[in-house]
Amino acid sequence: MAAGAFAEAGADLELVGLHKRFPGFTAIEDLDLTIPAGSFFALLGPSGCGKTTTLRLVAGLEQPTSGRILIGGKDVTSVKSFKRPVNTVFQSYALFPHMTVLENVSFGLKRRGIADATGKAHEALRLVELDHLSARKPQQLSGGQQQRVALARAVVNRPALLLLDEPLGALDLKLRRQMQLELKAIQNEVGLTFLHVTHDQEEAMTMADTVAVMNKGQIEQMGAPEELYELPKTAFVANFLGQSNLFTGDVTNSKGDSIVVDIAGVKIEVPKDRAQRHTGEITIGVRPEKLMLHTEAPKKAPGVNILGPGRVTDVSFSGVSTQYQIAVPGIGLITVFAQNMVFGPVVNLGAEAWVSWTVDHGFGLLDEPEHTPKFSADTDTATIALQTRHELLAEIEEA
Amino acid sequence: MAFAAFGSTAGPVEQAPRRRSWVALVLLLPGLAYLALFFLTPLVSLVLTSFQEPVEFGDVGQFQQAFKIENYATVIEAYWPHFLRAFGYAIVATIAALLIGYPLAYFIGVKCRSKPLLQAMLLTLVIAPFFISFLLRTLAWKQLMADDTPLVQALKSLSVLPADGHLTGTAFSVIFGLTYNFLPFMTLPIYTTLERLDTRYLEAGADLYASPATTFWKVTLPLSLPGIVSGTLLTFIPASGDYINASSSFLGSAQTQMVGNAIEANFLGLLNYPEAAALSVILMGLILVIVGIYVRRTGTEDLL
Repeated sequence: MAAGAFAEAGADLELVGLHKRFPGFTAIEDLDLTIPAGSFFALLGPSGCGKTTTLRLVAGLEQPTSGRILIGGKDVTSVKSFKRPVNTVFQSYALFPHMTVLENVSFGLKRRGIADATGKAHEALRLVELDHLSARKPQQLSGGQQQRVALARAVVNRPALLLLDEPLGALDLKLRRQMQLELKAIQNEVGLTFLHVTHDQEEAMTMADTVAVMNKGQIEQMGAPEELYELPKTAFVANFLGQSNLFTGDVTNSKGDSIVVDIAGVKIEVPKDRAQRHTGEITIGVRPEKLMLHTEAPKKAPGVNILGPGRVTDVSFSGVSTQYQIAVPGIGLITVFAQNMVFGPVVNLGAEAWVSWTVDHGFGLLDEPEHTPKFSADTDTATIALQTRHELLAEIEEA
Repeated sequence: MAFAAFGSTAGPVEQAPRRRSWVALVLLLPGLAYLALFFLTPLVSLVLTSFQEPVEFGDVGQFQQAFKIENYATVIEAYWPHFLRAFGYAIVATIAALLIGYPLAYFIGVKCRSKPLLQAMLLTLVIAPFFISFLLRTLAWKQLMADDTPLVQALKSLSVLPADGHLTGTAFSVIFGLTYNFLPFMTLPIYTTLERLDTRYLEAGADLYASPATTFWKVTLPLSLPGIVSGTLLTFIPASGDYINASSSFLGSAQTQMVGNAIEANFLGLLNYPEAAALSVILMGLILVIVGIYVRRTGTEDLL
């Protein structure tokens, strides 16, 4: 970036065949990615999936084992990090402890010889509502305040590409929402390109134009948040982004625009254009909030899938909705989110229930079934506790 | 007194901080007693001695208590070059030790972080000279720098040293000896601050357009300042009072005598206790002033 001037606009970022190996493990495996200029891009994934390494490679803090990094069409793979038009909001903030807040924020501006560095730093601090604390040292601020200073310190440089490494993690919900909106506003205003790394799926979905779900050093699926949520292509995405009910069965025949899958003897239809594979054994799924709960067997109708009867094994009330677990013999547990349209639960624990959903809501996954568990691997504590309880109850009954 | 810490039952909440301060005082007592006996008493005795005058028609080394303030004027007049040399040599040696010790400490504390074994070995090497007596090591250097050694011959043939030149007995060899002997005292405190230096600050510097050199001046150096200050103090204070390196039996000569040598000569050779004491008091006062100004200028008062 030219000294003494701000970036005119965001630049696109292109990663070509990127590999990063550390002694003993591979962090990133053949990553190809293009982020268009001016977009808000989120890399979403569990810890250890390689998303932070990707960010550090782009910032120039790590060297790739192979592959190229292009910013605004220019190959920066071998450019030193201090010469890249990139700024990072670090997860650990990394605020210089021997400098005041103001000195921290104006640090980058001064290094680039930008006029009125102090004035611009004050402006950036006003943006994060911390200008009144500009004379303090970072240690005298709370965690949330430090995070906002870190944000101001990066944003004030108006980089062509802003990298955010889980920057909102320490903020409380209200401030977090506020900062998310601020970030969006800054991004719209200057048209910077934002690359946001997070493990918080809600944050990724609310803020980003495009979300890439990363797993084991590779991008599993990429697209607009709605698209990813409504049509996940792999079991990992289906479960990492929200919850899913997954079933595995053989495709028996096709019927018009749909394929029919045999799930433990029940014929389930999935639209052809929403299924990644159309033959053999496949895994299909449906989101819990798309399911309708019935207390008596629903009438068979075209375009509707029905499973049941099953038994309600858990009812948990969570304000706007209630989560039901229904154990269907031969199929397993099905999770249903139902809006609380009436007071109290619609069905009670132990009641007999059926679920149904419109064929259009189902999706078929790409995974080879032998690689995916037969049923969704719910790892949240509630489900684990529930399953353990069932196993115990079964043992007691047998005894 | 100590039993009060266990016995009292009344008002446990309000009493707690007060009781703790009593315990602290009891624990401090041995240290305070030690300081009073072995620091304060000799100090008072030293100041009193510096005002003594010779006993009339007495033996050499016989003095009586007086208020002879002229002792100070006499020693300043007689030994001001010794003071200049002491502080001059000590300052140069401190700077040399800093220039050698800082990169050494940086290499061990930052660059070798991923190799703990190498780090431990290098640290041991820094401390290793302490296993041999300070006097022996200085004598060894005297041998190495003697006139007929290959080192001196080589310097002479390269015309770095004139044909009739020496290494021992010069200001160079004294400063060299001071630098060598106090180098670990410089390296270790700097190492401890650099060892804790969070390299993420360096990454942040690079991310904010600072070249490695700028990052060093703006981030690394200020963050390691406490180590530099304690290292320079630990080097400068003993170096300015040192009398081994500059002594004629080691690396010095009559022309390189420092104030420490003058004090030694007066106390142990000439048995002129009042003048030796006056020299000591002046040396102490000057070091206090210099250190005070230095610490204030570097903005690390919390070290004192």
